[in-house]
Amino acid sequence: MTILVFAEQRDNTFKKPALEAVRAGRTLADQLGGQVTALVVGSGASAIAGDLASYGATTVKVVEHEKLAYYCALAYAKSIAEAAKKEQATVVLMAATAMGKDLAPRVAVKLDAGLAPDCTAIKADGGKIVATRPVYAGKALLDVAITSPTQVITIRPNVFPAGEPSSEKASAEKLEVAFTDADFAVGVTELSTASGKLDVSEADIIVSGGRGMKGPEHFKLIEELAKALGGAVGASRAVVDAGWRPHEEQVGQTGKTVSPSLYVAVGISGAIQHLAGMSSSKYIVAINKDKDAPIFQIADYGIVGDAFEIVPAVTAEVKKLLGS
Amino acid sequence: MKLAVCINHVPDTETKVKVGPDGMSIDKTGVNFVLNPYDEFAIEECLRLKEKNGGEVLAVSLGGDAHKDTLRKALAMGVDKAALLKDETPRDSFSVARALADYLKPYGPDVIFFGKQSVDSDDAAVGTMVAEMLSLPSVSVVVKLEVAGGKAIAEREIEGGRERVETTLPAVFTAQKGLNDPRYPSLKGIMAAKSKPIEEQQPSPAATKTQVIAMQKPPAKSAGKIVGTDASAAGELVRLLHDEAKVI
Repeated sequence: MTILVFAEQRDNTFKKPALEAVRAGRTLADQLGGQVTALVVGSGASAIAGDLASYGATTVKVVEHEKLAYYCALAYAKSIAEAAKKEQATVVLMAATAMGKDLAPRVAVKLDAGLAPDCTAIKADGGKIVATRPVYAGKALLDVAITSPTQVITIRPNVFPAGEPSSEKASAEKLEVAFTDADFAVGVTELSTASGKLDVSEADIIVSGGRGMKGPEHFKLIEELAKALGGAVGASRAVVDAGWRPHEEQVGQTGKTVSPSLYVAVGISGAIQHLAGMSSSKYIVAINKDKDAPIFQIADYGIVGDAFEIVPAVTAEVKKLLGS
Repeated sequence: MKLAVCINHVPDTETKVKVGPDGMSIDKTGVNFVLNPYDEFAIEECLRLKEKNGGEVLAVSLGGDAHKDTLRKALAMGVDKAALLKDETPRDSFSVARALADYLKPYGPDVIFFGKQSVDSDDAAVGTMVAEMLSLPSVSVVVKLEVAGGKAIAEREIEGGRERVETTLPAVFTAQKGLNDPRYPSLKGIMAAKSKPIEEQQPSPAATKTQVIAMQKPPAKSAGKIVGTDASAAGELVRLLHDEAKVI
C-alpha cells in the first residue's frame, strides 16, 4: 500500500509541519507495511523535493508549473488527487495548516474519500487506521475510522515529531498534470507576512496576555518576554474583543487551538473557552493576581502576584539564562 | 446577487463538555445552543453584499427543529429567507456537504458563505467540500472581501500573515473572525423574523464516510506548584523551566 504525503512549501522552503507530515506518513507506513510517496507542488520546487527522503519518503514526486509559485487551490487539489490515483494511494496525509485545511476537503471529495481533519494521533489497529481528533476546541477527543477505500487525514502541526533527518536522498520525479484555465480560477496574487512575526499556531513557546494587562500599552511586557524566549505573542478573547490585540493572536475556542511546549498565561483568568484552546500545551505557566483564577488549576507553575512586576523580572532572568 | 449562507446550531463556547451515555457524542443535558460564532461573520458579510449589490440572502441549516432558533436569528439579522434541511441522523462533514450542495445547486447562488468552522466538530471542511461538489472556486478563512464585476478579491489568514486571493464568481467563502462586526438583530428585525417562513425539506440521505468509535475527555491536567507571590520568584521559575521542564 502507498501513503501519499502532500508536503507543502512556500518560497521553495519546507516548514516544519510538512516534515512532520512526511515522518508521520513513514511511521504509519511502517505499521501498515507500505511505502511513502511525498508530493511537492510549486514552481522550481524540484530543487528541494529530494530532501524529503531524509524524513522517510520512499519516493518523491513533483508537480511543477510557472503559475504555481503561489498557492492555487484548484490546481493544487487536482495535483494531489491525480498523484493519489496514479500511485494508488489508500491514504493521503497532509498537515492541518492554512493550506492543508483548504486542500484536504477538496481532495477528499475528488477521491470520494472520508476526511479525518486536524488529528493529534494516528494508529494502525489491525490494518485499520484509527485517528484521534480534538473536538469542541479540545474539550473532548474523538476516535474516528474512515470507512471509504481512500482515506484523507490531516495532522495538527507541532504534535507529531519531525525527527532528525537521515542522510537519505531521493531524486524527485516529475509528475505531469494537464491543467486547464479553469484550474486557475482562484489563486493567490500576493503574500503579506509580518516579517519576523511568529504565529501562535506555529510557535513552540507562547506568551499570552489577558485582561489583567489592563490596557494595550502594557502588552510590550508580554512582547518582551516572548522575544526573550523566542516565542509568539498570544491573547485572550477578552483583549481581542476589546481591540487591544489583533484577532490572529487569539487563543481559545473562537481563536486558535495551540499545543506548544511552553504556554505562559499572564493576567488570564482561564475562561473555559480559553482553556480549551491551550490546555494541551506541554507546560503551562500562570502569572495572575487572583490565586483562585481557574488558570492555576491547570498550570504546572504559577506565580500569584502583580504581572507588571513579575513579567519584567522573568524576562530579565530569561535573558540572563539564554543571553537573548 | 443571489447569496446563500450555511449556518449551524452549536453548543455555546462556555459549555463544559461531558461525554454522553453513548460514549460517542456529548451529553446535551442543560447545554445552551447558539448560532455558530463564525457563522455570524458569514451572515453579516452576505447582508453587506446584498446592501451594496441588491439581491437576496438565503440561510440554510441542516439539523433538527432546534436549528429553527438559529435560522430565526439569521432572519432577525436581515436574511430574506430560510430553509431547514430537516434531519437528525448523525452525519460527517462529507455527508453534510453533500446535502447542502444538493440543496444549493438548483438555487444557483453567486456567493455561498460559511463560517470557517463549526465550534462543535471543528472540521473546518464542509464549506470547501461544498465548493468542490459544485465545481466552484473557494477561499477559506477570509478576513477581508471585495466583490466587483463578477470577481472577488479576498484576504485569507495564513500562518503569520495573509494571502491576497483573486477568484471568479460564483464562489464559496468561509468567514474568519475579523471579517466584519456582526450586527445585533434590531427589535424590528426580530418582529419581522417571526412572520418570515422557514422552508422545510428532506435532505439527501446521510451516506457517511467516517465512523465515530469513541469520545473521551482529554487527560486532566492537575494544578502544579505555586512558585512564589512576587517578582522574587522569577529566578526560581526560570530555573524550573530550564532544569525540570527543560522547555527553555
